[in-house]
Amino acid sequence: MIFSALNPVLALLATSLIGAAVLALIPDYRLSARLNILFSGAVLAFAVTLFYYRPPTNNFLLTDDLNVVFIVLNALVGFTTSIFSASYIGHEIETGRLTPGYLRFYHAIYQLMMFGMDLALTANNIGLMWVAVELATLSTVVMVGIYRTNDALEAAWKYFILGSVGIALALFGTILVYLAAVSALGEGMDSMAWTNLLHRASRLDPSLLNVAFVFLLLGYGTKVGLAPMHAWLPDAHAEGPTPVSAVLSGLLLNVALYALLRFKMIMSANAATIPVGPLMITLGIGSLIFAAFMLYRRRDIKRLFAYSSIEHMGIIVFAFGMGGPLANFAGLLQMTMHSLTKSAIFFSVGHIAQVKGTQRIADIRGLTASHPVLGWTLVAGVVAIAGLPPFGVFMSEFLVLTSAFARAPLLAALVVFGLLVAFGALLWRLGGLAFGEPRGPTTPVTASYLPIFAHLALVFVAGFYMPGPMVAWFQNVAGLLK
Amino acid sequence: MTQAFAFDVAHMFAGLLVLVSFMMLYQDRLLPLIDALTLHSLLLAFSVAWQAYVQDKPDLYVTAFIALAFKAIIIPMAFRRMVVRMNLHREIETAVGTGITMLIGIGLVALSMDLMLRVTAGANALVREDVALALAVVLLGLLMMVTRRNAISQVIGFMSLENGLILAGTGARGMPLVVEISVAFSVLIAFIVIGIFLFRIRERFDTVDLQALDNIREARR
Repeated sequence: MIFSALNPVLALLATSLIGAAVLALIPDYRLSARLNILFSGAVLAFAVTLFYYRPPTNNFLLTDDLNVVFIVLNALVGFTTSIFSASYIGHEIETGRLTPGYLRFYHAIYQLMMFGMDLALTANNIGLMWVAVELATLSTVVMVGIYRTNDALEAAWKYFILGSVGIALALFGTILVYLAAVSALGEGMDSMAWTNLLHRASRLDPSLLNVAFVFLLLGYGTKVGLAPMHAWLPDAHAEGPTPVSAVLSGLLLNVALYALLRFKMIMSANAATIPVGPLMITLGIGSLIFAAFMLYRRRDIKRLFAYSSIEHMGIIVFAFGMGGPLANFAGLLQMTMHSLTKSAIFFSVGHIAQVKGTQRIADIRGLTASHPVLGWTLVAGVVAIAGLPPFGVFMSEFLVLTSAFARAPLLAALVVFGLLVAFGALLWRLGGLAFGEPRGPTTPVTASYLPIFAHLALVFVAGFYMPGPMVAWFQNVAGLLK
Repeated sequence: MTQAFAFDVAHMFAGLLVLVSFMMLYQDRLLPLIDALTLHSLLLAFSVAWQAYVQDKPDLYVTAFIALAFKAIIIPMAFRRMVVRMNLHREIETAVGTGITMLIGIGLVALSMDLMLRVTAGANALVREDVALALAVVLLGLLMMVTRRNAISQVIGFMSLENGLILAGTGARGMPLVVEISVAFSVLIAFIVIGIFLFRIRERFDTVDLQALDNIREARR
């Protein structure tokens, strides 16, 4: 085997880390934008090899069916975002919002953030996972503040403070999990390795695990963007550069969710602990309905889609909270579809905001007339994210509802209510944005449409055809999650 | 040395940390607040060193040293410079109302004691009380972060909270060093980030030139 000489996980992590170092040294922003694409592409290539070859698990790194899905999705969106970012920042340089000096910093941090997320996804050690999530969060904090406007700094500050609170609660939860494991697994690294914890889950102290999970749910839940801990999310999405919004919505929220799912698996494997489903269901439905109503009052286009991310994370957490093969399958699919669709929407919105020179919804009108490609991709994206057929989000939401109706019709009715409220808000806003008399500048835009088309095509195809191996894979993972 | 004595000293340090957390809660001026942070970190360093001695884990001395060097010396010094340079030292903090904050704080300590002592019934006595007191320090840090408006005092709240986390980490027997060092480093990273931000914020809000630049940019938009 040619792969066995090379550990793809280490290669993947090293690529981003070397990428960060190299990009920090290159002053020319055109070159570094290309190198950024190259490094992200290499990470994607290594991620794909994980389908064929798994490096052995040790106390620090782990690859199994669950995290390969997350890693590949992470690498894919990371790669397409780097392509989008290259065309996006060209414009930011022209308008003087960013200077080449900041861009050098921006590209280095981009790779560092990808490194943090990939490390969090591959870590087998709950402490290492925490460190990695924290690294990814801190690097996005500085990215959010990069424009140095008052609003951007305020958003970054809020994100930093709320993120730190989340970090602290998650670490306390992690320490409690270790304490719960010490008597069963002994002191030291073994008690922090996730595979050991899962294997001996039934021997861990249940009352400590219960308390630990509450801390973990609140801590990592802050980063998932669940209401009422979501306050950082709309600001961070609206004020940072759009590629960062795409990565935040498409990836960072998933990484935090992944951390929660790992701990949920330990909880489910120990019969004496409290059921965690109801906690997740409550937070999920709460976020969904809250965000759905908040969508109506948004005036800023990026903030609108930030709330839509909260709504979707609510649906996903609800699905995983329900549990069982079908709901878990639906949750995974919903997560994948949301990542692809939401990043495509942010790609469109980024170019739209650039060409119109504003993020105010009221100042943007008639996009399909003035900028047909951007306008129609936005229409497609919003139709997809609102959960209309024939897109993949429809499929996954349909599955979430089917599984929910079978087991808890009342909860399913609440979800339907939330979905309808959000649906109305999105389509109402879309009407103004996309149709009617064009308002604002109508100059043509230099954009790279490739990432948008690629994402929308994937979501579109997933709406009526999913390859057999992928379905089998997702079913397997859904089974693992219990 | 008897085991009871080892416990007593460990609990004394942890208890003192909670006490200093309360001192920080009612402190409404920045410079004394920074002094309280220094004291807090110093106590943490002693506490960690004592744990290193009691548990016979020499690697914990490193954590104690990091707490002493970074948190009790370098960071308070940097804060002090910042406060003096920005001319903030006469600034009076407006908290949510000291009396109410203190009452909530007492409630939080009672809550963490009750909760942690109940769920750690299986663990050994040294761990139990340390973790309970550590949670109290963490919650008091959180309380400070939410009741303060000033950025520097929010960061000080955050750092006292991190001290609580390290207390919990060292109290949990044999928790691998990886985590403690990373916590210490994360504080450092966080501090760098914060340092940059504080200066930028000051720059934006107070320097006339940059403000003017900003207005021009706003107008063009």
